[in-house]
Amino acid sequence: MISLAGRDILHVWGKFVFTGVGLGLLIGVTLVMAGLYRGMVDDGKVLLDNSGADLWVVQRDTLGPYAESSSIHDDLYRTILAMPGVSQAANATYLTMQVRKGASDVRAMVVGIAPGSPGVTPGWPAYLVAGRQITRGHYEAVADVATGFQLGDRLTIRRNQYTVVGLTRRMVSSSGDPMVFIALKDAQQAQFLKDNDAIWQERRRTAADLELNRPGASDMLVTVNALQVANPYVNAVLVTLKPGHSADAVAESIRRWKRLTVYTRDQMEQILVGKLIATSAKQIGMFLVILAIVSAAIVAFIIYSLTMDKIREIAVLKLIGTRNRTIAAMILQQAIALGVIGFAVGKISATFSAPVFPKYVLLIPRDSIAGFLAVLAICVLASLVAIRIALKVDPAQAIGG
Amino acid sequence: MAGNGIRIERLSKRYGEGDTAVFALKEVNMHVAPGEVVGLIGPSGSGKSTLLKCLGAVIEPTAGRMTLGDEVIYDDGWSVSDLRALRRDRIGFVFQAPYLIPFLNVTDNVALLPMLANVPNADARSRALDLLGALDVRHRANAMPSQLSGGEQQRVAIARGLVNRPPVILADEPTAPLDSERAMAVIRILNEMARSFETAIIVVTHDEKIIPTFKRIYHIRDGVTHEEAGEGRAY
Repeated sequence: MISLAGRDILHVWGKFVFTGVGLGLLIGVTLVMAGLYRGMVDDGKVLLDNSGADLWVVQRDTLGPYAESSSIHDDLYRTILAMPGVSQAANATYLTMQVRKGASDVRAMVVGIAPGSPGVTPGWPAYLVAGRQITRGHYEAVADVATGFQLGDRLTIRRNQYTVVGLTRRMVSSSGDPMVFIALKDAQQAQFLKDNDAIWQERRRTAADLELNRPGASDMLVTVNALQVANPYVNAVLVTLKPGHSADAVAESIRRWKRLTVYTRDQMEQILVGKLIATSAKQIGMFLVILAIVSAAIVAFIIYSLTMDKIREIAVLKLIGTRNRTIAAMILQQAIALGVIGFAVGKISATFSAPVFPKYVLLIPRDSIAGFLAVLAICVLASLVAIRIALKVDPAQAIGG
Repeated sequence: MAGNGIRIERLSKRYGEGDTAVFALKEVNMHVAPGEVVGLIGPSGSGKSTLLKCLGAVIEPTAGRMTLGDEVIYDDGWSVSDLRALRRDRIGFVFQAPYLIPFLNVTDNVALLPMLANVPNADARSRALDLLGALDVRHRANAMPSQLSGGEQQRVAIARGLVNRPPVILADEPTAPLDSERAMAVIRILNEMARSFETAIIVVTHDEKIIPTFKRIYHIRDGVTHEEAGEGRAY
């Protein structure tokens, strides 16, 4: 038996191909949207992986350091380091800001890393693709290649300038902003140190305050002024564990004895995926639903119109004894063929356009398979109306009068 | 089975019920022998199309009897799929417009019917090509319907009606869109095919040009038929 669907497609191939391409672009957008969500989840996981930490110690009752702001004293890491089961503890700061290079700027997450070494001290970039790690205490930076910075570039972060000495890759924040690593002291200043005018104004106010500037107690004013420019805070202490120790047990111990909030890897992942990107995920989910409905409507409309164009031929086919299932199969096969063309175009367009998007788009085979099955299901559902109409066609329509 | 052609006896078709009932056919009798071509003539609304639909197993009559070959049609044992198979295997249709399937080429338009009856594709195409040769359109075997002239399309439609060697062919205004010369050619072909394949052919027509060619004519008016001898002129 010849393929009626195939012959009809060949007969109206132009209409079919253009519709398939249009549908494919829509499917491509759908795949990219799904990839965007996967990319956000991956960004969150990469952030946690790259920190190299097993535990995150943050300000009490906050979801810091990524989902909420957190501020803890920078000497706490010493007491944490003394806790049973703790291998390494290192301060870290995170600040998302515009990092300037000449006249342009790039949105980046500036990470302050404690003195130490990569692979040992949590927070350090685990690997570089060019250059070297930070070796000086000030004014050196390692940047993710996504910032567009090159080795030797001079960056401006707040009031200071930094030289890019190393480049890394896939070091991003949970919102996909590339990271710039600098020394912790520099990062603390960048985050907490006020500008000179603000400091001067603050000193003037303090000097005018008789509570702080008592006659005969000038040391108090000096102390208060010194405190105002001190930056003894960090956003989190990153902790690695000794082998054989339970993350939950050590976390509980730190919570109990240090009165801080501690998150394990699982809890932090839950915060990033379940809370930080939850709204974005719902938004993307809504878009996916709308795109699926629009795709279904397009397939249904085109299959419906193709079927309506053939009503007389279908009546003739039925009159000459064609089985209903042959006619239904013809319409169904056309809908599926449209879906396959659309999916192929969509997959290709998504694959080629994904790297162009500013945010990370992660296309995974499982989503592609799920997408393909969804497209087939949509096409089958969309063809039902046309099949119903075709099966209702009276063969007597082929006979005049 | 084809020995008796097609016969209908006291065939009636009523639309509606009670006060609104309309009889489109009233106890119609008709017989067409194998190899015979008869005309069915009547004004619009006379019941021609209803009769054609009953003969074509498309609608079921309200009463009466139809015999195709030796088999009685429309008794209780005929399901929808049986009637579909009957239309596919034992009744050929030729329409006023050729109604060829636009996305199949000439050969496949004709071969589709045997393919639907599960004849292997090669055999079906071979049978189609033979018929196309007999109807002098084999040279257009690979053409699409849109590339054919009106006369060629009608010959292909006739080939499609004949390809399963049905004992009966129902031709609904087959010459309407054609000029005199082509109309006569179609009548000539139908008569030749009727003789060659022992097919009973019923031609519904208004076409004054071809009416004199029938040896027997059924006139239908208000759902009632009467038979009369035709002129049987040469075509």
